[in-house]
Amino acid sequence: MTTSSKTGKTSRATRTRSGTRTSPNQADMMADPRRHLLDLDDLDALEIEGLLNSAEGMLEIAGRDVRKTPALRGKTIITLFYENSTRTRVSFEQAGKILGADVINVAASTSSLSKGESLLNTVKTLEAMQIDALVVRHPHSGAPYFIANHTDASVVNAGDGTHAHPTQSLLDLFTVRKHLGDLAGKRIAIVGDILYSRVARSDIIAFQKMGAEVVVSCPNTLLPDEWQPGSILGQQTGFENLEIARNVDEAVEGADVVMALRIQQERQEAGHLPSLREYSDRWGINSRRMAMAHDGALLMHPGPMNEGVEIASDVAHGVQSVIEEQVRSGVAVRMAVLYALCARSRSARNGAGTEN
Amino acid sequence: MAARKKLAIRGGRVIDPAQGIDRIADVLISNGKIEEITGKSDGHTPDGYEQIDASGLIVSPGFVDLHTHLREPGQEWKETIATGTQAAARGGFTTVCAMPNTEPVQDTASVVDDVMRRAEAVGVVRVLPIGAISVGQNGKRLAPMGELADAGVIGFSDDGNPVSDANLMRQALAYSVDLGLPIINHAEDKRLGAGGVMNAGAVATRLGLAGVAAEAETAMVTRDLQLAGLTGARLHIPHVSTIGSITALRSAKERGLNVTAEVTPHHLTLTDEWVYGQHGEVPESVGPESYDTNTKVNPPLRSRADEEVLIEALAEGLIDVIATDHAPHAATDKICTYNEAAYGINVLETAFSSIFTLVDVDPKMLSLGRLIESLTAGPAAILGRDLGSLEKGYSADVTLIDPEMKWTVNPQAFASKSVNTPLAGVELTGRVVITIYQGTKVFDLRNHG
Repeated sequence: MTTSSKTGKTSRATRTRSGTRTSPNQADMMADPRRHLLDLDDLDALEIEGLLNSAEGMLEIAGRDVRKTPALRGKTIITLFYENSTRTRVSFEQAGKILGADVINVAASTSSLSKGESLLNTVKTLEAMQIDALVVRHPHSGAPYFIANHTDASVVNAGDGTHAHPTQSLLDLFTVRKHLGDLAGKRIAIVGDILYSRVARSDIIAFQKMGAEVVVSCPNTLLPDEWQPGSILGQQTGFENLEIARNVDEAVEGADVVMALRIQQERQEAGHLPSLREYSDRWGINSRRMAMAHDGALLMHPGPMNEGVEIASDVAHGVQSVIEEQVRSGVAVRMAVLYALCARSRSARNGAGTEN
Repeated sequence: MAARKKLAIRGGRVIDPAQGIDRIADVLISNGKIEEITGKSDGHTPDGYEQIDASGLIVSPGFVDLHTHLREPGQEWKETIATGTQAAARGGFTTVCAMPNTEPVQDTASVVDDVMRRAEAVGVVRVLPIGAISVGQNGKRLAPMGELADAGVIGFSDDGNPVSDANLMRQALAYSVDLGLPIINHAEDKRLGAGGVMNAGAVATRLGLAGVAAEAETAMVTRDLQLAGLTGARLHIPHVSTIGSITALRSAKERGLNVTAEVTPHHLTLTDEWVYGQHGEVPESVGPESYDTNTKVNPPLRSRADEEVLIEALAEGLIDVIATDHAPHAATDKICTYNEAAYGINVLETAFSSIFTLVDVDPKMLSLGRLIESLTAGPAAILGRDLGSLEKGYSADVTLIDPEMKWTVNPQAFASKSVNTPLAGVELTGRVVITIYQGTKVFDLRNHG
């Protein structure tokens, strides 16, 4: 224990970026133990910073030749994925393994869910195997909340429907902070499938909490009905102060970060878009649009990319792109999250409050 | 049947909107019929009458529900005719109209006969069946509506399944004219609804749940009203929930069309903000109590603006009646993700109290007399039957209400087999304490607590 909690508020804000000696036990200093990470809306800026600071240390561990720590030795983490995912699942698996936890991957499909075991029974079954954390991805918004209601294990939301993807947002914050430092006053432009994007929702919340200004742009068909282009949202929308640009040029103008979101083929099939070609022309991020952004602006994408659709290949792999770095940050951030949730918990299986 | 007792309901505030009565009086019952409402409560009870002391209570005609899902036959684990009618009795309803989305569907006389026989055997209140509009409720071909009418249905509905084909809807309306029975079409353009699970708007956006735009209902209500005009048929619009539907309804009534509409207790009292799971409060952050599947219902809980317009429309009589759309579902249908959850709210036992709580808060918004009218004389007029009034000679169906009683909703204590209500733990004002059906007490809170 190196930092004192006597000073209350400030202790959690203390940055440990200078330290190369990792102190994953920094998370221990958090005043109130957090059991789940379901979204970032119930974290304040200090708690988010605490996780990002912890991730700095984790990044160092993940970069070692022998990358293994015993921090979560003896803990069991299950990744329960009801949607296909390579990068997020592998990222969590690697994060858990570097920390010494046993990681079990369960790939479930909602088709078997609909005709077979209910989500509740699946969770109860896994819990009976004495687990410490469940990392859940599910196509239904709110599924991790439902699970959190029915398990004593920690639940990490690895993406739920069109609702939230908090670890993606943490890694986005982490990546941007590394390059731009303090996020206060920075302009973040998010371009793409806002209506269906859990990344957009969590990122809007996350960047705003850190003091950044967020602006979004997309075809009107991919905007919630109650959001009007050329407006700044009010409190009743739940996304206060979010700017809705009239067009993509207005959004990227002067931006410090430009984030392109994946456009899925289904949007065209469902009638949201005339064609991907037209989308690329009118909303795609290319060198001309990047040139409108602030000097040294970062280009981001949560992946997987459709190069040539929402993002041009030259900029996706150009000097402003931090897309691969986002992936590296992902492991460190997820280590920080798993550590914060699992390290102290004497784990659900021993029963709350019992010593030993 | 055994000879029924003579009953004297003494000293209550008798409210019978059909007769324009609102005064302290005694109600005398004999042979299962209303014998008399006395001029005032005179303190004398004729010999041979069992007395019920109703001082401090409201004495209302038994409520009539045009829209109930009893689930039998076919889904008896959710509700049965026995438990559903017991729930009705607890809620003050003495007549319930059973929606035909049973298994098998009530699309032939034999299924309707079966429901009526079961109701006669095990029901504690009156059950009136509704027949399907189309065979199997699949919207392809008209059900034998004449045969169903002869079997005693009070109207036709494919409830839950809108009649999407405008031509089939036109034919159903035209065919029903001879039968003199209303077509009750669940109005929802499924394509426009596009897989939504709650009302479109800020809450849906925040929770990442697909939203159904209000226009998905308004568009079909508007279509149906036009077709009612074309055919001259009787159209009854179930569970209206949008401002746009009200606007269309007003225009149709001004044209003199033969149309009526109902609104549910939940659309009058709850909004989409209840999906956050905090009894209507908007939380700072989404929490584990959010995504309350007991709020999932079709049509979805709408915005506050819709709710206000619905209350006003009911108060002025533009919306004719309150109907429950009582839709019991088993726990497994609701202990799941919001997307997976079944649509429907368990309403019968909270219907009156939830709305009366509004009246209690602000009688200018909705008067007690109008509330009772919309549960009694209103639906009885749509049925065209001698129900919903305490007129001499009518079936002695009477509901006694304690307007002062405060109680907290405990679904585990419901008579219904199911517990799917978002009102669990909510304190309500006013409660049905005694329900009398055909001169016999079928519910008495003192015996049930």
